Amino acid sequence: MINKQVANAKEALKGLTDGMTLMLGGFGLCGIPENAIAEMVAMDVKKITCISNNAGVDNFGLGLLLQKHQIRKMVSSYVGENDEFERQMLSGELEVELIPQGTLAERCRAAQAGFPAIYTPAGYGTEVAEGKETREFDGKMYILETAFKADFSFVKAWKGDAAGNLIFKATARNFNPNMCGAATITVAEVEELVPVGSLDPNQIHIPGIFVQRIFEGKGYKKRIEKRTVRQKI
Amino acid sequence: MLDKIGIAKRIAKEVKNGYYVNLGIGIPTLVANYVCKDIEVDFQSENGVLGMGPFPFEGEEDADLINAGKQTITTLEGASFFDSATSFSMIRGKHVQLTILGAMEVSHNGDIANWKIPGYMVKGMGGAMDLVASAENIIVAMMHTNKKESLNFLNVALFHSRVLVVLKKWLLI
Repeated sequence: MINKQVANAKEALKGLTDGMTLMLGGFGLCGIPENAIAEMVAMDVKKITCISNNAGVDNFGLGLLLQKHQIRKMVSSYVGENDEFERQMLSGELEVELIPQGTLAERCRAAQAGFPAIYTPAGYGTEVAEGKETREFDGKMYILETAFKADFSFVKAWKGDAAGNLIFKATARNFNPNMCGAATITVAEVEELVPVGSLDPNQIHIPGIFVQRIFEGKGYKKRIEKRTVRQKI
Repeated sequence: MLDKIGIAKRIAKEVKNGYYVNLGIGIPTLVANYVCKDIEVDFQSENGVLGMGPFPFEGEEDADLINAGKQTITTLEGASFFDSATSFSMIRGKHVQLTILGAMEVSHNGDIANWKIPGYMVKGMGGAMDLVASAENIIVAMMHTNKKESLNFLNVALFHSRVLVVLKKWLLI
């Protein structure tokens, strides 16, 4: 077994410098790499490009990095719920590339799988397709979308082991598996780092080969963005 | 004119036995409440769940279990979780029979505007462009007028061409 375990977030983020391109898992605030984000705030790394479906909220998730003007560019599919983000975007301080959610997932997966690009119908005929190569297959038009290139991928899983094997929980899975192995270095933070051999190989979602560094995160807040309940009748 | 509940009830009649249905944010979320109890339907949410159930009871919310609108949800028996690429494989691969989504404006020929007002507001398209590019059967659920009482159904000539996503089939109720 190849041991991927590192002691903490600080060690896991070693080599991260200004101007790098990063992938961050999560959908809204669900399944985000809270420890990696906190460490980036502490490191005060600047001018980063973040590939992430969303941009957090004003005071949590990637919103923490936006507050400190650490992000130069965001590549996302949906960026509502964040006033500071909207302010920085409309004023031109922050560069933003908005792309369809399925395209975002597939550009990650392409990078993971070694495909240079993929064809998708999403966004054909809109500004998303501007400047991109298009091609017709069976009478339908598609856009050529290139695989992402990133320096680090930060993912959050439920359980993992020192071999880098990962299991995700419920909808906290989202983009996290697609980003594993899609960057030069994939850093996985897990809620529970279990002894090697205790995970059932049949149940592993992401094999350790896609992960370079793994550590057990701490102090997860798991903030709920829109707590919605029904009444007991 | 129908209110939100009325629209949700009307759309629910379009949900047929054996359908996998993608539910968007807003009025579409309400549709699940009014689908006939005698038919078998599975609701998909593009953040990675099939077999979505009702909202949880107070105290039973799970931060790791949400819908595409970031609301806490539950799952039903037979539910499954998956990653985002798999979720859009279901959508792009036409495995989902019906898509119900919200919009800001819609034109008489079925173009919808749903993610930006140039120079004023930008939220992002989320999964809407993937859905409308591939789904065979799409219903747009929205109020007839916006908050300023202007019509949401517009002549296509009024549309800003850069904000369009194009529907192939649609239903105006």
